[in-house]
Amino acid sequence: MVTKEKAARTGNEAMAEAMRQINPDVVAAYPITPATEIVQIFSGYVADGLVDTEYVAVESEHSAMSACIGASAAGARVMTGTSSQGLMLMAEVLYIASGMRLPIVLAEVNRAISAPINIHCDHSDTMANRDAGWIQLFSENSQEAYDNMIQAVRIAEHPDVSLPTMATTDGFIISHGMEAIELISDDEVQKFVGKYQPAHPLLNVDKPITAGALDFTDYYFEHRRQIAVGMANAPKVIARIGKEFGDKFGRYYGFTESYKLDDAEVAIACLGSTAGTARVAVDNLRSRGVKAGLLKIRVFRPFPAEEIANILKNVKAIAVLDRSDGLSNFGGPVFNEIRSALYDLPSRPLVVDYIYGLGGRDIFVADIEKVYQTLSDISKSGKIGDLVQYLGVRE
Amino acid sequence: MSDPGYKELPKGGLILEGGTAAKYETGDWRSQRPVFIQENCINCSFCWIFCPDSSIIINDGKVSGIDYKHCKGCGICAFECPAKKKAIIMKSEAEIEG
Repeated sequence: MVTKEKAARTGNEAMAEAMRQINPDVVAAYPITPATEIVQIFSGYVADGLVDTEYVAVESEHSAMSACIGASAAGARVMTGTSSQGLMLMAEVLYIASGMRLPIVLAEVNRAISAPINIHCDHSDTMANRDAGWIQLFSENSQEAYDNMIQAVRIAEHPDVSLPTMATTDGFIISHGMEAIELISDDEVQKFVGKYQPAHPLLNVDKPITAGALDFTDYYFEHRRQIAVGMANAPKVIARIGKEFGDKFGRYYGFTESYKLDDAEVAIACLGSTAGTARVAVDNLRSRGVKAGLLKIRVFRPFPAEEIANILKNVKAIAVLDRSDGLSNFGGPVFNEIRSALYDLPSRPLVVDYIYGLGGRDIFVADIEKVYQTLSDISKSGKIGDLVQYLGVRE
Repeated sequence: MSDPGYKELPKGGLILEGGTAAKYETGDWRSQRPVFIQENCINCSFCWIFCPDSSIIINDGKVSGIDYKHCKGCGICAFECPAKKKAIIMKSEAEIEG
């Protein structure tokens, strides 16, 4: 029987707690709202001698990720945390981390990108880096943030994957929202994550290697192709680790979570904290006889296209809630990928996109109920109207 | 022999052995060529010490020539040569090639 301790934790506290229990070799970080607390609390653990971590205080997020890359190439288990402009400043080196196949774990707090300056939640930062070769896990609440951090270590370090992984929360909504969560004991977390055994650590002086070498036209393509293999191997590993986590600690994790979708005629798909609000909306609509359902996506990279198509194949109309705008004049990133995933179905549901919640604009149960109402109209008329709509913006 | 494919290559662009820089011939980057004039050489080895590409060839403790497969023609050896009559002078590759 595993030890279960209930504790009140914000998302940031939960992620810092997971980091303490994982006890990584190196953390290099630079503070940014609303992710600051994660590494701030963790630096307290370092100062108090509760972890064995080498903490590298750097002068920017670009340097933070660069230091993480060096330490990871050396053979260390490495973690960091950031948000928004910080992730954007890291962007160049995020690609180097994945290109060098370094299993760095990043606690990312989703926040809007400037301009205008804004410190609140949307998914623009994480979505802007969706093609960086990182595994991306979204959390609905503090509990999932904590659990995702612990699983992220195993996913990233699995030799079939060897890709950096970001576990994300929603700025302030989760990062600063206090909730009761179940903690796992230090000992059990240590047992779950195990010891990191890098295949080719740079510090092994008996076996000298070169890391970060130059590729010309004759090798670059092959090395990039390998990253796609790592991403293609990830689903099996993520599924296995999600199940193992569930078997041990009672909370099972997959790629998506379906809520009342079995007989649903209209469905909403979303990521992160909005799933909690949408669940209430579904319950309200169900009590009024509307066959509403919800699809929450936990893993955005790799994108679980087949699973999503399979789950949504019998729904008549779907609204995708995008908490970032692709600014492509063709909807947000989640919409485009879900809509594409449905393309091969013999009979496709109708799909619309709602850009919502930018810069922390609240989304209420009533807003979501309105979306379901529109979906009911669409499913009856068979007409979509505007493909992309903006939810909660003043005109 | 064709180059290895992505299934065979080590992951992450790693090169799993040391000293591989020798296999990479950087000499064809050169536009200026250092020319060694043996009779002017005082064997101070300054050129060998300063050369950033380990391209000064030493035999029996004496400078005997330049490794043109790796020398990039930076000219540091010629600049640092302290002999009254320079033992290394830089010449244009274009002139030498004619």
